[in-house]
Amino acid sequence: MAAITDTTNSEDKKDYRSNSLARLTLRRIIRQRSAVIGGTILGLLILVAIFAPVLAPYDPEEVLIGKEDIKKRSSPCIHLLGCPEDQPQHILGVDGNVRDVFSRVIFGTRVSLFIGFSTVGFAIVIGTFLGAVGGYAGGWLDNLIMRFMDVLLAFPSFLLAIAIVSVLGRGLQNALLAIGIVTIPVYARVVRASVLSVKEQEYVSASLALGGSHFHILFTRILPNAIPPLIVQGTLGIATAILDAAALSFLGLGAQPPTPEWGTMLGSERNQVFTAPHLVFFPGLAIMITVLSFNLLGDGLRDAIDPRLKQ
Amino acid sequence: MTEQSARKNENSDLIQVKNLVKYYPVRGGVLRRVIAWVKAVDNITFNIKEGETLSLVGESGCGKTTAGHTMLQLIPPTGGSVIFDDIDVFQLERKELKDMRRRMQIVFQDPYASLDPRLPIGESVAEGLKIHGVGNGSERVDKVMAMLKRVGLEDYHANRYPHEFSGGQRQRIGIARALTMEPKFIVLDEPVSALDVSIQAQVLNLLKDLQAEFGLTYLFVAHNLAVVEHISDRVAVMYLGKIAEMAPRDDLFAKPIHPYTQALMSAIPIPDPTIKRERIILKGDVPSPLNPPSGCRFHPRCPFAQEDCAVDEPVLRELSPEHTVACHYAEDFLD
Repeated sequence: MAAITDTTNSEDKKDYRSNSLARLTLRRIIRQRSAVIGGTILGLLILVAIFAPVLAPYDPEEVLIGKEDIKKRSSPCIHLLGCPEDQPQHILGVDGNVRDVFSRVIFGTRVSLFIGFSTVGFAIVIGTFLGAVGGYAGGWLDNLIMRFMDVLLAFPSFLLAIAIVSVLGRGLQNALLAIGIVTIPVYARVVRASVLSVKEQEYVSASLALGGSHFHILFTRILPNAIPPLIVQGTLGIATAILDAAALSFLGLGAQPPTPEWGTMLGSERNQVFTAPHLVFFPGLAIMITVLSFNLLGDGLRDAIDPRLKQ
Repeated sequence: MTEQSARKNENSDLIQVKNLVKYYPVRGGVLRRVIAWVKAVDNITFNIKEGETLSLVGESGCGKTTAGHTMLQLIPPTGGSVIFDDIDVFQLERKELKDMRRRMQIVFQDPYASLDPRLPIGESVAEGLKIHGVGNGSERVDKVMAMLKRVGLEDYHANRYPHEFSGGQRQRIGIARALTMEPKFIVLDEPVSALDVSIQAQVLNLLKDLQAEFGLTYLFVAHNLAVVEHISDRVAVMYLGKIAEMAPRDDLFAKPIHPYTQALMSAIPIPDPTIKRERIILKGDVPSPLNPPSGCRFHPRCPFAQEDCAVDEPVLRELSPEHTVACHYAEDFLD
């Protein structure tokens, strides 16, 4: 990476402190259009998640029967677009249980982002530890860890997740755990590969020559320099995790009703796709936008952080 | 080198390397069993006197860098011993080895790879002090600043990152990092081979000055004979993991005996087009250390090889004081 950053060196000579690798990398990221677009969408989604109670006109789990004069699965009603003023406004309509779909989609952002960050966070922490120890130690320990990871990878991850949920029982928490577990090998492999290349660097030998312990070398010299590919993988992994969680919920194994989870919303209204398409269209759209934002950000980060991986 | 001052302990060896061996296993097959050994360093013995510079020269892959790294246990040795100040370094416990590392340091070949790109260089230089808990924060900063100035950098450089420096500057930083440990012995692993010729001289002179100032002992690993001639007191020539010839610098450059050394010497360019000199062009490539030739390892390429060279392995013999050669027919080249 050092060789690449050399080229941007001359841009900003006056304030040398701004030339840390982190800042240079940030500048490169900003030059990646897809990263900026993905990051912006993600930023908006995070704002939506934070301010969900303000943005949502209704409680997402509130059943409106008897409170409003409205039938289940009625189409969107937007006053600005000519919906009669005497009818209550539901921007995205109401679902089969007469709940405001717009509020549910809004609150679904919270659930999905939480799913994405928590599962990937869990998988990264454990995967990084396993991959780093394996890659640094080598030998039988490395073999043991990586062969176990290979076994995990040999199963189709989604089937494995279904199996884990079947054993642990359905529910959002168990679904998160299942998705986290099945994605560990991906991160373990990325970190191991990265550690293997970083540990051959001369500054690692230098640290050893200075008397650094293996703990010191692994955690202060090698790991920080092995992280960049992990950031990329993690960002892309969040997209996959959100999709997997939505799929599990769609199958009724993940988030349980009445939790406003997009996959659950899709699953419970899937039979109405022809009679009330808005009930599946908008949760689906929400999933797509969220996944797209992470994918764009991940691709952009990859191009910025690790140009060698491009295409 | 300031010959008088640094050579007062002329006869005391600071370091004795005895029968140093480093083999790398080659694994293959489903079970990844060891199927062969790469004999990178194969039983080499030499000593370095206090305050002197011993150069280890040879072409790429002859094991000179491996020898340097193994001596410092940056890679685990396969066999042999390294006696530093009467202490067998390979027998030390972990804690003792950590203390020993303060006295034996290394400057690396690649100034781009030898500094952590994420750390301001002040932090890199301070790393050893931190590891050994030398002084408190501000004392360490003072020490780092003083050392940066000593190697020709400014104290405001301390906050900058490695990518902001030129190759020569980075090598100075690497030297400062080694020197903060106040070592007695430094392995210089091709410290100038990655630098421009104009910068090489500056760094070499810096190394010489530091040697005189701090009473350092150097093992200088290199392939550039001009550089070696400039900095060494003694020179050891390596070929395929073995020492072919070892002699005081002037002896070796004036009267190379081993056919391999002769070939190396004939390859040094002379900056005078009127001088005609017979070049010894060696046939073929360096054989693989995976499967080195029998007998004398140089015999397949040696222009003077005899039949018994392929059978008997020559040992290092002393031909004249301090001048040792591993060749059956060394006397024939004496004339």
